Amino acid sequence: MKCAKPWQTATMTKAVSPGTWQRLQRDVVPVLVILLGVVALWYVGAVWMNAAGAIERVLPSDAPWTWPQLVAATMDMQRPVLPTPHQVAKDFWSSLVDWPIDSPRNLLFHVAVTAESTLWGFVLGTLLGLVLAVLIVHSRTLDRALLPWIVASQSVPVLAIAPIVLVILGSLGFSGVAPKAVIAMYLCFFPVTVAMVQGLRSPQKIETEMLHTYAASPWQALWLLRLPASLPFLFPALRVGIAAGLVGAMVAELPTGAVAGLGARLLTGSYYGNTVQIWSALVMSALLGLALTLAVAGVEKLVLSRRGGQV
Amino acid sequence: MKAPLVKALVFAVCSLAGACLVFIHPAAQGALPEGDSPGFLFWGATLVIAALAVQSVRRLAALDGRRWLGLATAALFGLWVLYFWQLLVVAFDVPRVLLPPPGLILQSLGEHSEVLWGDFVQTVLKAVLIGWGLGSGLGFAVAVAIDRQPFLQRGLLPLASLTSTVPLVAVAPIAVMWFGFEWPSKAAVVVLMTFFPMMVSTLAGLKASGKLERELMYSYAASYTRTLLALRLPSALPFIFGALKVNATLALIGAIVAEFFGSPTAGLGFRISTEASRMNMPLVWSAIVVAAVTGSLAYAVLVQLERRAAFWHPSVRGK
Repeated sequence: MKCAKPWQTATMTKAVSPGTWQRLQRDVVPVLVILLGVVALWYVGAVWMNAAGAIERVLPSDAPWTWPQLVAATMDMQRPVLPTPHQVAKDFWSSLVDWPIDSPRNLLFHVAVTAESTLWGFVLGTLLGLVLAVLIVHSRTLDRALLPWIVASQSVPVLAIAPIVLVILGSLGFSGVAPKAVIAMYLCFFPVTVAMVQGLRSPQKIETEMLHTYAASPWQALWLLRLPASLPFLFPALRVGIAAGLVGAMVAELPTGAVAGLGARLLTGSYYGNTVQIWSALVMSALLGLALTLAVAGVEKLVLSRRGGQV
Repeated sequence: MKAPLVKALVFAVCSLAGACLVFIHPAAQGALPEGDSPGFLFWGATLVIAALAVQSVRRLAALDGRRWLGLATAALFGLWVLYFWQLLVVAFDVPRVLLPPPGLILQSLGEHSEVLWGDFVQTVLKAVLIGWGLGSGLGFAVAVAIDRQPFLQRGLLPLASLTSTVPLVAVAPIAVMWFGFEWPSKAAVVVLMTFFPMMVSTLAGLKASGKLERELMYSYAASYTRTLLALRLPSALPFIFGALKVNATLALIGAIVAEFFGSPTAGLGFRISTEASRMNMPLVWSAIVVAAVTGSLAYAVLVQLERRAAFWHPSVRGK
């Protein structure tokens, strides 16, 4: 296919295996260009949105001002409508370096709080999802009666129950990590269950029949065949689950009086109109989400490569 | 109909009807005098009903054949859960703050129907619908626009996929600061949350047409636009509908959570957070029922639309 149309080239060039440098050029350069474009747009947007405030508050009202003055003023405002990237970077960095790690002004302190409840919820939710999926696969009654509800719950905003969970656990005397972990848990558990039921059922008939001819017990079939076969289904669900769990943990931090955690940091920032603080908390939560997903992906790679890579 | 099916159905209906007799007992009405326990008769009846419930669900689940049987089993299970929720919450006198009985939630749903309708209009008809339409539309438009730009695709696609791992809903406080407390700020959050899934799915869908079909179009000397309209967009439909369905849930979550950060005095998220802090749990549960029903209805409507639009596709035909 030498006469490929322009829109076909993206798929067609894959046939030729390029060198490392070329691959770098092909994959990394476009991303960098887009990122640079975003930063440039961000600066333009900052000038645009902060201009009114800068004219009103920063620039001298009696003397005439010039355009460079205006731009310089919008770049470095106290409470900008849209802080510039370098302001956010400065605030982000100073919160990491200037304060001890156990101070509430250090973002890492909040990351630790949020990550703790997310990870607890993730582990518990995954275990619950696994157990439930095994039960569903082995019980026809549960499969017919319970599974449709779990599948249907995917189209329902279950996060809306978070305030109720907080109230219930609060009146039962739980506080701290537990309520947040519970919310992260039930957000993780739905995708894991649905994917695992699919995965545990993925072995071919011929394979289950072979185990049957070996007189393998259901436990052996589960351990030797179904669980390994379900791994490729499990990991994408775990990636979805941990991202959902992070959102759950952050939302759970909102009504608890906003003490610690990235969600609380966002809320206090918006109470006091401290936009730079909101943006650095936002950047931090994005980084935390990326780090958690990367960790899951790393485990996935490790496990699947142990199993021969090509599953 | 076959005999086992009729038997299982009759058994289920009879046990449900029989179980409702328990509500005559004062303990099930919450009408016991202070300090009185429900008594042996009540607990015995409850145990018998529990056994009946398990048996009726099992009998219905064991049957094969018709499509609606699966739905009927799930519905029966749901009814039993509601039944025991009502019975046990009243009999044990569980505080309403912990878990109100379904009857009370239903009653609150009726009593506050006007308030909840106002919340529905505010959250769903304004923020969710507009945000969902704008976000999905923009995502689709951008995907089609960069379809012929491999450079932009390679730049945007990795970044867009990364956004699924980022808690985008956290931009809510910024949106509130920019667009005010009213629905535009919620719609903005929803636009941001729905844009990327739609763009990624549409781009994947545009690559989904088979090589054979594309070569056929090529041999017909079909132009780019013609190929796009006649082959590639139709074969992308399942991906697009998939994204629309995911986005419907995301949009509801986004709008409700964004209202936790600050909102006018209406909206489902506002209702849930304020009434939860006032411990008015029946109303909180009714707001959640409204959100859940909305989510499921939106999903059902989209599935129907997909069947109409992509009736020829194997994934739809098989159902």
